[in-house]
Amino acid sequence: MNIPTQIMALLPEYILTAVGVLIMLIEAVLKPGTSRKSLGWLAIVGTVATGFISWYQLRLGVLTAFSGSIQVDAFSIFFHLLIGAVVVATLLGSLDYFEGVASHAGEYYALVLFGAVGMMLMACSVELLMVFIGLEISSISTYIMAGFRKSQASASESSIKYFLLGSFATAFFLYGIALTFGATGSTNIAAIAVGLSTTTTPLMAFLALAMMIIGLGFKVSAAPFHVWTPDVYQGAPAPVVGLMSTAPKAAAFAVLLRITFSGFPSMQHRWSMLMWAMAALSMTVGNLGALKQTDVKRMLAYSSIAHAGYLLVAFTAFPQAGVAAACFYIAAYAAMNVGAFAVVTQVGGYNETLRTVDDYQGLAMRRPILSALLAFFLLSLIGIPFTGGFFGKFYVFTSALQSGHVWLAVIGLLNSGVACFYYLRLLGCVFAKPEHSEAHLDETVCWTSARAISIPAGIGLVLTAAATLMLGILPGHVLHLANFAGERLDADRSRSIAAESQPIAQASPTVSDSK
Amino acid sequence: MNINYTILPLIVLTPLVGALLLSVLPDRGKTMQWGALVVTLITFLLTLHMPFHYSYSAQSGAFQFEQNLAWITSPAIHFHIGVDGLSMWLMVLTGFLAPLGVLISWRAIGERKKLFYILFLLQQVAMMGIFISLDLFLYYGFWELSLVPMTMLIASFGRSESRRRAAIRYFLYAFIPSGLLLVAMLWLYARTGTFDLPRLAALATQHAISPNTAALWIASLGFLFAFAVKVPIFPLHGWLVDAIAEAPTAAVMVLAGKTALYSILRFSFAIFPEQSHRVAPLMISLGAIGIVYGALLALVQNDLKKLAAYSTLGHLSFITLGIFTFTIAGLDGGIYQILNESLAGAALFMLLGLLFERYGTYDMREYGGLAAKLPWMVTLFVITTLSIIGLPMLNGFVGEFLILSGSMQSTLAHHHLWTALATTGVILSAAYMLGMIQRVFYSGLGPKSERLATWDLDAREHLALWPMVALFLAMGVASPLWLKAIDATALTISDHPPSGRPTQPPHHTLKIEAETYGPIYTTAPATLQSTSGGSR
Repeated sequence: MNIPTQIMALLPEYILTAVGVLIMLIEAVLKPGTSRKSLGWLAIVGTVATGFISWYQLRLGVLTAFSGSIQVDAFSIFFHLLIGAVVVATLLGSLDYFEGVASHAGEYYALVLFGAVGMMLMACSVELLMVFIGLEISSISTYIMAGFRKSQASASESSIKYFLLGSFATAFFLYGIALTFGATGSTNIAAIAVGLSTTTTPLMAFLALAMMIIGLGFKVSAAPFHVWTPDVYQGAPAPVVGLMSTAPKAAAFAVLLRITFSGFPSMQHRWSMLMWAMAALSMTVGNLGALKQTDVKRMLAYSSIAHAGYLLVAFTAFPQAGVAAACFYIAAYAAMNVGAFAVVTQVGGYNETLRTVDDYQGLAMRRPILSALLAFFLLSLIGIPFTGGFFGKFYVFTSALQSGHVWLAVIGLLNSGVACFYYLRLLGCVFAKPEHSEAHLDETVCWTSARAISIPAGIGLVLTAAATLMLGILPGHVLHLANFAGERLDADRSRSIAAESQPIAQASPTVSDSK
Repeated sequence: MNINYTILPLIVLTPLVGALLLSVLPDRGKTMQWGALVVTLITFLLTLHMPFHYSYSAQSGAFQFEQNLAWITSPAIHFHIGVDGLSMWLMVLTGFLAPLGVLISWRAIGERKKLFYILFLLQQVAMMGIFISLDLFLYYGFWELSLVPMTMLIASFGRSESRRRAAIRYFLYAFIPSGLLLVAMLWLYARTGTFDLPRLAALATQHAISPNTAALWIASLGFLFAFAVKVPIFPLHGWLVDAIAEAPTAAVMVLAGKTALYSILRFSFAIFPEQSHRVAPLMISLGAIGIVYGALLALVQNDLKKLAAYSTLGHLSFITLGIFTFTIAGLDGGIYQILNESLAGAALFMLLGLLFERYGTYDMREYGGLAAKLPWMVTLFVITTLSIIGLPMLNGFVGEFLILSGSMQSTLAHHHLWTALATTGVILSAAYMLGMIQRVFYSGLGPKSERLATWDLDAREHLALWPMVALFLAMGVASPLWLKAIDATALTISDHPPSGRPTQPPHHTLKIEAETYGPIYTTAPATLQSTSGGSR
């Protein structure tokens, strides 16, 4: 097979786009009342196919395309696979969610795919403008998806809030790119690293980096750029929250890792301080904020802020270990968070009849399997051993400790102590005796009328649970891949450092000559 | 294939498989009870395999039934398991208590039986896992895992409305210090590149873990703090009373004491021998205070379960005192007392649970004059009480005697007044236990005991309690059966200071002490023979 690199490098993105467009076209000709499930399956098949292609790309080594603006390597493929897996799990969970209650569900499937294309582009771009395009594609899709339950006011609120604040943050990112170009003369990540050594305005370069961190910090909902998160998550449909609390975050972290570790390696001592502060703040704000929440989705929103904080801890570590730990953490976090939201989807249903922690009282008696899964995901979010969440935290804090950030590790572990309080409160409610008071009588009705778990949703739940368990018992494979990704980024980094030192070496004789 | 290689994984897996089986069986009739009983009995029989195939003549400190498989390459985590005399008997004890716990919950847990027995079996898995792990990481996994079923048992099956608060308090008390334990563990790994306990212990004796003594100190305190909270040792017992008051009987039986005390003996002492010796005087004084504090508070309780909770605190403090003396007698006694305390405490909680099942209250003021109505119950209550307060011939005496004599022999720089203070605990515990017997069984009829007509022990309850009584007696008169395996562990722990401690702090003090206590100290095993011989 001899496919030109230009095509091969972006083949997964092409396929997803084509499938998405196809779904849009079929959606337009389908009668309003007919089932859209087949479109959902089409989307799933398309995503799985791209997963295999990404896996195949892994064997091709580093692919560079479009004048060096796309670089498909182990690092980007790790995120491609991750995003693909999240999308598949989300789609499986939403097949029956929209069935019969939402018109134009086909648009939803297409939007998920377009969003995935944007995220994948973010992961494999080494050109900041390309990153920006990916960011916009993925953001616009998620803005629409957040407001997909059009009939509900909270959905519109969620969508508009996300859109306004999101565009504001993207503007920061764009401004950062402009300043970077001003300071280093390039927007290509490798060229930035070289340009940094000769720049006459290092302060501007740092300011540019800070701007980009703000933009991406918003996307990953790191404090202090997190204020949108609870409202948006509360209003958006549960499967969408499962998606947008993981996949776009993974993509944004991929970009952040690339920009910081291979774009601005010589400034690590400075930006790692920023990351230190953001990590500590996110963990604390997220966990303290979640303590007071009664709405389950809001609580999980704050928990996702805290998890962004744990992830940022990895940025303070040595490059290779830090990148590998961050990659592993993102994978573990994606598995458990998508799983938790899949359970929330099943419990609440489309109209979210059961939303608050108190509504979950006695869930274990009525839906034992669902409760057992929820318990498992929550335990993983707490970080109990033999779950993916534990190893994620373990690697992140190990990498931080190795680079000497003992206090950050202590803050993080104390935070996970605080965090277990609210997870346990929910868990305690789920396994408590159901109350048979007057107020709960009408809820009993909707309990009994609750649909059984459909087969695709069941598959999705089992897959996420299996992934969480696998990451907790046999983390070897994913860890290997994460290490591979870390090495890849580290190789880029050392190459750019080498390239950086060369001009200095060349520059210094000229200086002495002129003297 | 030789079963000796697979016995340890089998012991951990049996309850796990049992829990999975229970989860698919229908929750109808007595299926859950019988299922759990069969699983726990099989586990117990499997644990009994060990004492019969244990090589008692093996070099002290060696682990048996050992297995070491690579699990995760980076970081280097091994599936390293094995037992010595200490963990072997603790496992047998855990296995022994489990079927009794099922028997005692037979009727007490009326609804949501499936959840209860699954959690109960998972708790078994975690505890067995703690006792077999020789890899720090594996150990930490089981250690954290043991929190979850217990928290859920308290939260779901507690007796009053404040059960959820008690459960969360228990979890937070245990989980946050565990976070510090994890940091300390990771620091150790960063310094040494291994989680393997025997290797870490070897490095520790060569003073090769880290030259940074301050960091070593902090790490050792991280370990000790996490364990001390879980024991609990005196000022850290905030969770204990609430958790005991709320938790169902079968959960209380395994709630406090043995896993954490085991962890101190196994991990703190092995990895941080020098720091443990330095911190010992403090722990001894905390132990002595805990003994008196627990006993005094137990004296004024009206709630039977709270009384038992403070009594537990007092007796656990006794063990703390014993093991931190670092004498063979003290360690032997401490370890032996872990077994005794678990047994006698479990028996007491079982009896209290039976009373609660009959009268629906733990308030002593409601009881009185039960002796005439429930003759068997009172008999067993009195025997258990005598075991707890340390009557010679029963098991409690052996442990307490060894602990107190060990504490008197200790060469550590500590005040012997603490030992004297601890001795009063024996008297105080007799006071509150006998006072309880008097108030519940012998005074005039109380409001509840007068009104309600109930039944004496039935066959199932007899079956649950008599094995305990038999063991009280057996462990009281035939202690060498247990001590011969425990001795080897005690020897390795107490050996740490004399062998290879070049940085022995004030050298002359040791010399003086060695002169003063020399004969006792150097011939410690022989001393043990004579001291424990007295109790036999």
